[in-house]
Amino acid sequence: MSLKTRIIPCLDVKDGRVVKGVNFVDLADVGDPVESARAYDAAGADELCFLDITASHENRGTILDVVRRTAENCFMPVTVGGGVRSVEDVRALMLAGADKVSINTAAVRDRAIVGRAAEKFGAQAIVVAIDAKRVNAPGAADRWEIFTHGGRNPTGIEVIEYARAVADLGAGEILLTSMDRDGTKAGFDLALTRAVADAVTIPVVASGGVGTLDHLVEGVLDGHASAVLAASIFHYGTYSIREAKAHMARAGIAMRMD
Amino acid sequence: MRIALIDYGAGNLHSAGKALMRALDEIGVTGHVVLGADPDEVARADRIVLPGDGAFRDCRDHLAAIDGLEEALHAQVRVRGRPFLGICVGMQLLADLGEERGETAGLGWIPGRVVALDPQSPGLVSRHLKVPHMGWNTLEARRAHPVLDGLTLGPAGLHAYFLHSFHLLPAHATDLLATADYGGPVSAIVGRDTIVGTQFHPEKSQRLGLKLLANFLKWAP
Repeated sequence: MSLKTRIIPCLDVKDGRVVKGVNFVDLADVGDPVESARAYDAAGADELCFLDITASHENRGTILDVVRRTAENCFMPVTVGGGVRSVEDVRALMLAGADKVSINTAAVRDRAIVGRAAEKFGAQAIVVAIDAKRVNAPGAADRWEIFTHGGRNPTGIEVIEYARAVADLGAGEILLTSMDRDGTKAGFDLALTRAVADAVTIPVVASGGVGTLDHLVEGVLDGHASAVLAASIFHYGTYSIREAKAHMARAGIAMRMD
Repeated sequence: MRIALIDYGAGNLHSAGKALMRALDEIGVTGHVVLGADPDEVARADRIVLPGDGAFRDCRDHLAAIDGLEEALHAQVRVRGRPFLGICVGMQLLADLGEERGETAGLGWIPGRVVALDPQSPGLVSRHLKVPHMGWNTLEARRAHPVLDGLTLGPAGLHAYFLHSFHLLPAHATDLLATADYGGPVSAIVGRDTIVGTQFHPEKSQRLGLKLLANFLKWAP
């Protein structure tokens, strides 16, 4: 088995500009997502993730332009998520140059969209993003539920059951974010990551909480994730992609060092 | 050099087009990439590239729906022998038959079937690796071919980006140019006559991908 574990930097994009600018020394425009994508391409990132957090529906076209310009300038795989509501939204992003499209709230509302999108574009192109929060009382059995709208809205849907269901419907990957850990730099919720990764036969990307390079290692070795996603530790230059890969390789994880 | 990049509604043409232009630059050949589905353009092309992101059946239906396109491809590739590159589903469509979401006939240019991956790993409790086969993997050459010239392959070699749940199993071993290892051999590159196909995405595979595309453009079978 020579498939390598992936490191995926994630850029939040609002109205066509990067929120929380990438802080690389050689970047002319820290707010330009295409410039940032190019920098990560050169740095050896295995994939790139754009999360569109544009508030108004009228400005949705800006992400298509970002994806198009990125695909023209970077020879790396790109996943795009945020505000994807329909199979038509998926198509528009794919035609603009996305390799994978991530669906979040729309799939929580109506799981059938996952099947329709997979039928059209193949399972390999459809990612389901899950925002999970621990809901069990301290000491009680682990239980996580899905929250939408940045972790504000509870849905009452149990995460493991939902992950299995969307995988059966044709999702090709799960992007799993712990809302408890997101932004804390305390590390992934490893119990959550492992529970989901072991429950499904599709790859799981661990997200939310990375603060150190050891956290990335734990996500794979303890969380059983196929890929690890992080934002701020890379954007602010705390660690480079190469440092992260070298660290994971030293821990015995097969990484692409090309 | 005229390169026809076939647009049949399957995604990600921009990256393929840009990567081909960059490959032209690298080999110092002037040329252009014509994106479209015009049979006359196919008839004029020196190289033909069929990309593909999508489900086998959906892509096959789209291809068949374009008036005169399959006839033009057949004449230019099978009769006149113009070099042809299929990428991902564009490679899978070369087979006789695809098994994704029901059986669908392919173009039948490379005898074989497109079957679901079933990667086994004795080391895992479940014995199954994750599907789709998603990410970067190395390649093993099965036989020499001009599109592989100068590529560093093997476990310590360059990586290719894969994103698929099915692969083409050629009926003839000589049609298999390279494999990847993922719980067993996965067909990575196939080739027969003036036709090659890659299961991975050369347009997303950085150094290995650009080199392979440059080799394909230089290839004069």
